[in-house]
Amino acid sequence: MTLHTFHPGGIHIPDFKLSASAPIVDLAPVASLVLPLGQSIGSPSRAVVAVGQDVAAGQIIAEPSSRISAALHSPVFGVVKSVGSVDGPWGYPEQAVVISVGDAQPEQGGLADMEGDMPGQIRACARPYIEKVRDAGLVGMGGATFPTHVKLDVPPGKVDTLVINAVECEPYLTCDHALMLSAPAAIVYGVRLAMAIVGASKAVIGIEDNKPDAIKALSVHSGDCDDVEVIALRSRYPQGGEKQLIHATLRREVPVGGLPSDVGVVVMNVATIYALYEALVLGQPLTRRIVTVTGPEVPRPANYRVPLGYPVRELLRLSGVELGAGDKVVFGGPMMGRAVTNVDVPVTKGLSGILVLPASVAGRASVDPCVRCAKCVEVCPMGLEPYLISTLSRLGQVDEAVGDGGMMSCIECGSCSYVCPSSRPLLDYIRYGKGVVRSRKKR
Amino acid sequence: MQQILSISGSPHIHSPRSTDRIMWMVIIALMPALACSLYCFGLGAAIVTAGSVLVCLVTEYVISRYMLGRRTPVFSVSAVLTGLLLAFNLPSNLPLWIVAIGGVVAIGVGKMAFGGLGCNIFNPALVGRVFLLLSFPAQMTSWPLPGADRMSYVDVSTGATLLSSLKTGDVVQMDLMREALGFTGGSLGEVGAVALLIGATWLLVTRVITWHVPVAILSTVTLFALAIGSDVAVELLGGGLLLGAFFMATDYVTSPMTHRGMMIYGVMIGVITVVIRHWGAYPEGVSFAILIMNGVTPLINRYVRPRKFGERRRAYGC
Repeated sequence: MTLHTFHPGGIHIPDFKLSASAPIVDLAPVASLVLPLGQSIGSPSRAVVAVGQDVAAGQIIAEPSSRISAALHSPVFGVVKSVGSVDGPWGYPEQAVVISVGDAQPEQGGLADMEGDMPGQIRACARPYIEKVRDAGLVGMGGATFPTHVKLDVPPGKVDTLVINAVECEPYLTCDHALMLSAPAAIVYGVRLAMAIVGASKAVIGIEDNKPDAIKALSVHSGDCDDVEVIALRSRYPQGGEKQLIHATLRREVPVGGLPSDVGVVVMNVATIYALYEALVLGQPLTRRIVTVTGPEVPRPANYRVPLGYPVRELLRLSGVELGAGDKVVFGGPMMGRAVTNVDVPVTKGLSGILVLPASVAGRASVDPCVRCAKCVEVCPMGLEPYLISTLSRLGQVDEAVGDGGMMSCIECGSCSYVCPSSRPLLDYIRYGKGVVRSRKKR
Repeated sequence: MQQILSISGSPHIHSPRSTDRIMWMVIIALMPALACSLYCFGLGAAIVTAGSVLVCLVTEYVISRYMLGRRTPVFSVSAVLTGLLLAFNLPSNLPLWIVAIGGVVAIGVGKMAFGGLGCNIFNPALVGRVFLLLSFPAQMTSWPLPGADRMSYVDVSTGATLLSSLKTGDVVQMDLMREALGFTGGSLGEVGAVALLIGATWLLVTRVITWHVPVAILSTVTLFALAIGSDVAVELLGGGLLLGAFFMATDYVTSPMTHRGMMIYGVMIGVITVVIRHWGAYPEGVSFAILIMNGVTPLINRYVRPRKFGERRRAYGC
């Protein structure tokens, strides 16, 4: 069997899935939880609780402040300790609600799969469902944190296929993998719900072939009907990129500057789908997520299911991590994640993994001259010439980099920087150039 | 206590393959051919190779350190590789002082004059070779007979190569087996097709080089030879074609950046090679063909671009 993958470009990266066999560990809340208001793309939500107020588990504590914004709920029963500024992971202050966790917590079940028979075709009226999703505070949980209710709100007839991103192509991360093994039936049901909401007649779930157990688990539950299809994909980075995944699974090509809906597709992450199931079937807002803690020298790599607001430092401690000077802590995967300056921060909706790189591998190799080996051109999944646009951007010729070079199509997957034998900071210069263009537009 | 953490932009991991490592891999891939050459030409091959590598290393260091004023390590893998490739393109009885001139021209004119590693337009080793070929035509075209006089250096019995016999219209007696194993006259490193292919296969399997350039060159030469009724085996094995196709034309710095560009570049090298061999003044044309196409590479890079994802297909060069 030949496995599908995307074209052009891409690269096989050793996957280092250290926590792949680790079961999900459910953690109880600690004494106080910190819930930043800006947990989605768009505008931060607006706090609707006051200091000293009692909150119940699942009670809304902040509401969307604009169209692209998400609600926020308290994961626990407790008291609002403060509403104000806290230090964020990148050194900037951010607004947050802090909740003192009450002593008598209601029983919190672990991660539950759906039981009983799979319901058949769902005939849903989209509008009330979208409102429920908005009220549950759902955002894209792969890391982009785009509010889910906005994504689901597509004009009728525009979308024919729902694509589920279950590839988890980032090395090290295993949170989606663990979820798929634990709740396959709920995920397939969630897929059916999402299909009904966007009006898609078909759904495909893309999973890379380095997760055969997950492919099997989901196939078992989607087996009866042919409207939900599990597609095994050849492991290749960046297959989880929206445009790459659509090409790998459906052979459709999203036009330059276009959106998936231009080719009749909505893409959703598998963890978001599970949250959708919880919100619509169990009536639970998004207050927990699975976080992978991993790294080459982490004593106990693991997948934790934690309430939002859980301290990152506590997760590191549970995995046996002792940070030293010069170590690097990355929120997200090693290819696209962001290195943080501060680990005294909480788990948020978009935090898929915490990667700890020891000081010995945290730095970069010295930069050598470009030898025009063409590897960056070969691996670029957008068909760009990274060596060229990066140099143009470095020299300040951003107009040429954008017009002729197509710089704004760059998805910042980092494949070019990863593969460059001269360790040139290709993506850094491209990112810089994109920043220049964006700031010009603002002006 | 708050530790100071490292930060940087993504990606946070890097492929273990560095430029130096890649060049070492190419050097290792040349070792079977070097062994074959030492067996065939003996002492001469050893002296020419060692001399060429040493001169290239010294030239690179002196220019980089004293003329450009750069802080530079004494040892440079790329200079070793250039020296090795230059030696592979010389006859094994070439006097050392001529080898030295070749090394200085290869590194000095071919590489450092353009700004050093990555900035040169032409393959440095070939610049050195062609300079010597034009300056010392007699010494550069006297080919020691393989297997004879292994222990002597300059004073050895010489003979014609297959290609030069072909050119002068002599009757060519070719033994494919001897040809493939390297028992034929020719430059130091171009003899021994099997040894070259072992190294080339390894480079292809480890993806140090891609198949596009060598396949384009070799298939073009094969088709062209068939079309004009020349002996395909002589064309492929008789000269420096294998060395050129796998190790010289695939040089990163001087070959195109896209696979489509590489195909155009390879086809043109194949065509020019056969044209020079049959209608030109020289019996061998691979090095000229590669140098000419090195010069065209920037143009190919300008007009043969990858198709951007999500972009409508457009005509070439528009």
